[in-house]
Amino acid sequence: MPYALCFLLFVIGLYCVLVKKNMVKIVIGILVMEYAVNLFLIMLGYRTGGIAPVVADDQVNAAANKVAAAFINASVDPLPQALVLTAIVISLGSLALIISICIRTYEKYGTFDITNIRRLKG
Amino acid sequence: MKGMTIIVKTISSWVKMLIFLFGLYIILFGDTSPGGGFAGGVILASAYVLLMLAFGGDFVKQNLSPSLTLKLVCAGMLAFAAIAVAGLFYGPDAFFWNFITQKWLAGEGSNLHFINAGIIPLAEVAIGLIVCAAIFLVIFTFSTFKFDVSDNQKE
Amino acid sequence: MAIFYILLLFILIAAIIAVETRNLLSAVICVGAIGFSGSLMFLFLRAPDIAMTQIVVEVLGLIILIRATISRDLTFISGDREFFGVVVSVVILFAIFLAGQTVLETLPDFGTPAFVAAAQNADLPAPAAQTYIAQGMQKTGAANLVSAVILDFRAYDTLGEATVLFTSIIGATVILRKKSRRLREETNA
Repeated sequence: MPYALCFLLFVIGLYCVLVKKNMVKIVIGILVMEYAVNLFLIMLGYRTGGIAPVVADDQVNAAANKVAAAFINASVDPLPQALVLTAIVISLGSLALIISICIRTYEKYGTFDITNIRRLKG
Repeated sequence: MKGMTIIVKTISSWVKMLIFLFGLYIILFGDTSPGGGFAGGVILASAYVLLMLAFGGDFVKQNLSPSLTLKLVCAGMLAFAAIAVAGLFYGPDAFFWNFITQKWLAGEGSNLHFINAGIIPLAEVAIGLIVCAAIFLVIFTFSTFKFDVSDNQKE
Repeated sequence: MAIFYILLLFILIAAIIAVETRNLLSAVICVGAIGFSGSLMFLFLRAPDIAMTQIVVEVLGLIILIRATISRDLTFISGDREFFGVVVSVVILFAIFLAGQTVLETLPDFGTPAFVAAAQNADLPAPAAQTYIAQGMQKTGAANLVSAVILDFRAYDTLGEATVLFTSIIGATVILRKKSRRLREETNA
């Protein structure tokens, strides 16, 4: 059920990109889609009653230099978190690039409305 | 863009030190507690963004010039690439090989025993530098851009 | 588990308001609300690194978005496209949602890590995440397993991420430049 709600969030963002006419609204739709994908990836790795993937002092068997079995059975998945960490910072960079294009287009045409931007100069 | 009143300027010149210290703590302790290079770098950038919002764009253009920020981004990228290539030379020919952990800390009596996570803290400092400088550069560029819808035929 | 549903409902309501409102500033503020409650969700999903990064990145993204929208007559949005296009889009999106729902039901239940349970169901050897949890600290020496994964096991992906961030920031700076270097040298000299 949480997976379905997350996918509904993605579809709402997709609706905004397809239907709206204002350029900044389209950018907001892209942002909502990115939030939905990050949330879905982290929900994939969740374990009920789990603990964060940080090894504390009392979970290490220092003599054998191994982690306790309780930690291995209770920790959530660290691999999707590593993927999402870079994705969040990249979304900030791509947001900057998209908004700079929008600002330049507003300067040239005087409007954010994409149905009025028809003159493509080669 | 203009700065703000004198109350905001005074408070932000005290608070910027706390934010900077917090960001540095998150970067340096990234291998033993949650955080790491990305979160710490963005927190460092927000300290400089606070300065820019409080003091105005002209003050920042003189003291934290964008050309210096660009050079810092490039220096961070070069440092990260240098750490990666050093693994080629010191290890068994693998890119990004963790040569400090696997090779130099093999015995107990080596000198680098206090960094037991290898290249991870060094790479995190490089990533923090890249992220901080890049994000400050882009927000500075956005804030000092003057909207100019004078005519439709630019340049 | 109830907290997940409450936060997801809040995120959905904020997303619907952000998409449908006519005032651009309200839409940007609702995006901020989505980001903030997304960060709370990450905290309850046991991902403290991601929660920290998400909230700071969302605040800076809000600054960039507000800078783009606070200008002249931008709060006048003249409505959607023609009615037939909207109806066709909604029908197709509903079909996509139903198809996605059919696919999502084949995943393991929420609460078991999907990669581990899928490998156990098909009798494959243990996935990489199990090796990272069991031997990560022993092989890299870092106690934070997420840092060990992004900077030792998968450091090449981090190099790619640094390159993409660098390129997009340089691109944004170049696009927003007013005078070219030749003009600047001519006016300075």
